[in-house]
Amino acid sequence: MSVVLEHVGLRVGNDAVIDDVSLAFERGTMNVLLGPTLSGKTTLMRLMAGLDRPSTGRILVDGEDVAHVPVRRRSVAMVYQQFVNYPSLSVYENIASPLRVAGVGRAEIESRVAEAARVLRLEPFLRRLPAELSGGQQQRTAIARALVKRAALVLLDEPLANLDYKLREELREELPRLFAESGAILVYATTEPSEALLLGGRTATLWQGRVTQEGETPSLYRDPGNVDAARVFSDPPLNELPVVVAGGRARRSDGTPLPEAMIPSLPDGSYRIGFRVEHASVVEQDDVAASQGDVFPGTVSVTEISGSESFVHIDVGFAVWVCLVLGVHDWRPGARAAVSVDRDGIFVFAPDGSRLQPSVVRRLPHAATG
Amino acid sequence: MRLNGRSLGITAYLVVLILPIYWLLNMSFKTNDEILSRLSLWPHQLTLANYAHIFNDPAWYLGFLHSIEYVTINTVISVTVALPAAYAFSRYRFIGDKHLFFWLLSNLMAPPAVYAMPFFNFYYSIHLFDTVWAVALAHCLFNVPLAVWILEGFISGVPREIDETAALDGYSFPRFFVRIFLPLIGNGIGVAAFFCFMFSWIEQLLATTLTTVNAKPIAAVMTRVYSAAGMDWGLLAAAGVLTMIPGAVVIWFVRNHIAKGFALGRV
Repeated sequence: MSVVLEHVGLRVGNDAVIDDVSLAFERGTMNVLLGPTLSGKTTLMRLMAGLDRPSTGRILVDGEDVAHVPVRRRSVAMVYQQFVNYPSLSVYENIASPLRVAGVGRAEIESRVAEAARVLRLEPFLRRLPAELSGGQQQRTAIARALVKRAALVLLDEPLANLDYKLREELREELPRLFAESGAILVYATTEPSEALLLGGRTATLWQGRVTQEGETPSLYRDPGNVDAARVFSDPPLNELPVVVAGGRARRSDGTPLPEAMIPSLPDGSYRIGFRVEHASVVEQDDVAASQGDVFPGTVSVTEISGSESFVHIDVGFAVWVCLVLGVHDWRPGARAAVSVDRDGIFVFAPDGSRLQPSVVRRLPHAATG
Repeated sequence: MRLNGRSLGITAYLVVLILPIYWLLNMSFKTNDEILSRLSLWPHQLTLANYAHIFNDPAWYLGFLHSIEYVTINTVISVTVALPAAYAFSRYRFIGDKHLFFWLLSNLMAPPAVYAMPFFNFYYSIHLFDTVWAVALAHCLFNVPLAVWILEGFISGVPREIDETAALDGYSFPRFFVRIFLPLIGNGIGVAAFFCFMFSWIEQLLATTLTTVNAKPIAAVMTRVYSAAGMDWGLLAAAGVLTMIPGAVVIWFVRNHIAKGFALGRV
């Protein structure tokens, strides 16, 4: 089975909630929808499930327009971010529900529910009501219900967002495997770039209802096509710097010249450069003079320690940039430090937000004279 | 229990509340002579004659039956009709939905006396006059909006995702509604049914206007004791006690629903 979205749009009042989205999903693939809250991930999934009708465009399943196929006739399963189960039915009946409705035989129901309960480790709770379970168990019940249905299209809308850390790690590894057997199209919405990278497959980045870029997840991370895609796929946020190029010389918007050769020569105009945390490092105050490259002095505003990494936020006067430091460091707020930017990690974006690819940057006419 | 000002206050309040009910009960077991002759705090000549009279006189016990009949019919109709309406008001947006909802509620504000005449005339012309159906249908005037309002609150408390998950699981709408949805709003149905029952049970004007003989409600029968021979106080008190019983029974059965209803919904 394949699902194709052709120029799908959804307007609510005067707002375009989904704006001209074209995507294709193939059987047995993992597809990540990556975007911040309110970027349209859930809405897009609702359109794919048939819960909402697109105002423009078509949704094709195996080449057929499914606009008039009612939801209950579609082979779709969905897991919501909130734990949605039938409160009045036991966990067993919750999982069995789609099979009962489909008229599957008793023995088959029992074996399929038992199997789903086993892989999701729900066996001890089958007789309980959903309200008597922990959040993680409730969500596993919802996932089990989606699993037993063996739907051709499985929509997982931030299914792990409300779970504790440990369970998330476990389920994130297991989920693709669980659904892979059935050859379903798996669509997984998340706000977290790291989750998209862990899941692999293909990713579409969403920003304000538009797909800003789509492709293999790792290459999408390495090569964002535009500033929106780069922002969506960066956590901590992308470090940004608006620059103005005049006469071959790049300056900050307030006129301060940038370090020589920090960015490749560009035709005159305004640009925005961006770089991720891993291309920004902290230089101690004493070493600033000695350090090579592009250094921006500032003061530490906050340090986030996350596992074996520290994210140091440094106020460089015109912006707060985040640097990645391996190991646990405790930079005190107010300490003087500088940000050193790795030139290879710099993305250059044109005023319209599109990224100037490195090859394009090199081929620009001014590059030779720079 | 510690006797302090607060518990004394509450006790006094409860006594004041209970007193009329006790006095009614007290009177119902007395003879008319005792009622009229002196103040007695309990029946000195205990008699069941008043109750015996009611249970042996068809005019009396049929009055009760008629009332129970139309109240039950009305409750069933009101809740059944209100359920889909409340679901629609809760789940769908359509042109004028808010105005329609308000208009429904405004029916609760209209005094029944306004409708007594047109109902009388209309039911008379379609031969519904003096049947329990006449009263049951007339009471829908205020009970359907009430039930819609109560149920809408409960239905809006059920996440829409449950409806959607059921659709994705393949449930047809009727099957979903009966198997999944109704159990979720059980408290709401209990609360709505209770209020419909109560308001229909205590309504007197429409009930007496729309009936004469065959469907005469207990409230109308009770007016018979104002006779030329004077008042039959004991009989009236016994009828009063019996009138309270169905309400008390219904409250007993739905008390848990109502407690949850207060916590959850519109009550």
